[in-house]
Amino acid sequence: MSTAVLTDVTLDQRLGTAWKKPNFIKNPILRWALFIGAIVYLILAFNSIDVNWSRVSEGLIRGWNFVVAFANPDFFSRGTDIREGLIESVIMTVTSTVVGIAISIPIGLGAARNIAPLPVYIVCRGIVALSRALNEIIVAILMVAIFGFGPLAGFITLSFATIGFLAKLLAEEIEDMNKVQAEAVKATGSSWMQWINYGVQPQVMPRLVGLSIYRLDINFRESAVLGLVGAGGIGATLNTAFDRYEFDTAAAILLMIIGTVMVLEYLSGVIRKKVQ
Amino acid sequence: MPVSENSTGLKVWQIRDRNQTLKRWFGYLLAVAAFMWCWKQISDVTTWYFVWDAPRIAADIGSRAMPPRWDYMGELWVPIWDTLNIATLGTLLALIMAVPVAFLAASNTTPSKTFVRPVALFIIVSTRSINSLIWALLLVSIIGPGVAAGLVAIAIRSIGFCAKLLYEAIEEIDVKQVEAITATGASRWQVMVYGIIPQILPSFAGITVFRWDINIRESTVLGLVGAGGIGLQLSSSLNVLAWPQVTLILLVILVAVVLGEWVSAKVRGAII
Repeated sequence: MSTAVLTDVTLDQRLGTAWKKPNFIKNPILRWALFIGAIVYLILAFNSIDVNWSRVSEGLIRGWNFVVAFANPDFFSRGTDIREGLIESVIMTVTSTVVGIAISIPIGLGAARNIAPLPVYIVCRGIVALSRALNEIIVAILMVAIFGFGPLAGFITLSFATIGFLAKLLAEEIEDMNKVQAEAVKATGSSWMQWINYGVQPQVMPRLVGLSIYRLDINFRESAVLGLVGAGGIGATLNTAFDRYEFDTAAAILLMIIGTVMVLEYLSGVIRKKVQ
Repeated sequence: MPVSENSTGLKVWQIRDRNQTLKRWFGYLLAVAAFMWCWKQISDVTTWYFVWDAPRIAADIGSRAMPPRWDYMGELWVPIWDTLNIATLGTLLALIMAVPVAFLAASNTTPSKTFVRPVALFIIVSTRSINSLIWALLLVSIIGPGVAAGLVAIAIRSIGFCAKLLYEAIEEIDVKQVEAITATGASRWQVMVYGIIPQILPSFAGITVFRWDINIRESTVLGLVGAGGIGLQLSSSLNVLAWPQVTLILLVILVAVVLGEWVSAKVRGAII
């Protein structure tokens, strides 16, 4: 009789329901709505992309040529162009990073709510927001229109972009700082400059150095594209190389950019370890 | 302790001794000299007449750019939709490729530290160090101008970024949970699904929306090299010097970027 009772059903009942992975989104209605919405969006989005497949198959040969070119890049036939472009990129990077840091320190101080009075805070935050919202390329187009072709436009663009990045992160760092140290310095009767210099600066300095080097790295990468809109640097050479389908020269330029970025990244790692 | 004597012979404490001070000053001197040299190079190739003239030019462009040509908006809806698609689908495509790369690059999940990991790290560095505009340039010359080229460019550019952040998250997981799952006799895949993935899911979602936000910004300019989106309209308006249209497009881009940042901040706030 007992064997008849131990059917699958009762066994399941005794064991209870099996464990299931909890869902990422708990509310089932929200979950399904998001799921269906995502599917609908994907279908609509995919349908709005029209790919010219015959053009693609034609281009794949060119793509393969590029891969082959990457295997044996040509550094020499346009050697002077590459060298001059790269030097110009480096020059733009260095100057714009230095000037950008110099400008973003006061703005960063002004954008920290625990240091700056409200009007200064609002103005500085406005500058930061404007700088972050405008893409480098768009700024570069405007700067080229205003200042003319050449590295000066690129330098101004990168300096402006550096402000948004560095001032924002510096301000956040200052807002997170330890208040006690700053207060202790203030209690000695220090002036405002002394207070910043001895109470605030030592706390944010390691992070500032790290961020500056990181920004140097970003600025170099960005300087490689500014040439596309005429703002100086290696980008113009790269653009010409692509337009003429000289993939081996393009590959050489890209490899040099990758190499420089890797070196910069390694250096920044070393320096950040030393500072922190 | 480094000290110096002042004029009355009193010893005064100093933070550094003389050699250190000299070295530091020499370092500063070199840095300033390098900066000045770089500045000279820029200055030499600049036509300063244009620069002194710049305020007048800026005012001139400004007066021509205002007011924005609002009725041009009707032609912008499709490019805006394309831009959104480039950013979203590009991010999705990037994630599909970035997840395996991240698992191969993380030192605790990689199958081989000597062979597979360096390759994965090279993929991460090389895709990250080349700007999406350059990828777009390359892809336009390979698969032709259009949304597809921009989408793939955004995807490739994002692989390195997503994979780097993701593999750092994988390397920081709690080993105990993985061990607990392994101790139940789970297979390699089960350990992955029940031990590792639940731990990295929040950072994965965070990285996704973060990158999506960045991609919205980047996809707005891809059209400048012919890779679809609102940048196409921007570049054609610039080419015919239609400044009122340029103003409107810049405003649209600004709104899109701010909205993107707002959405991404909301989603990240909800997840983390």
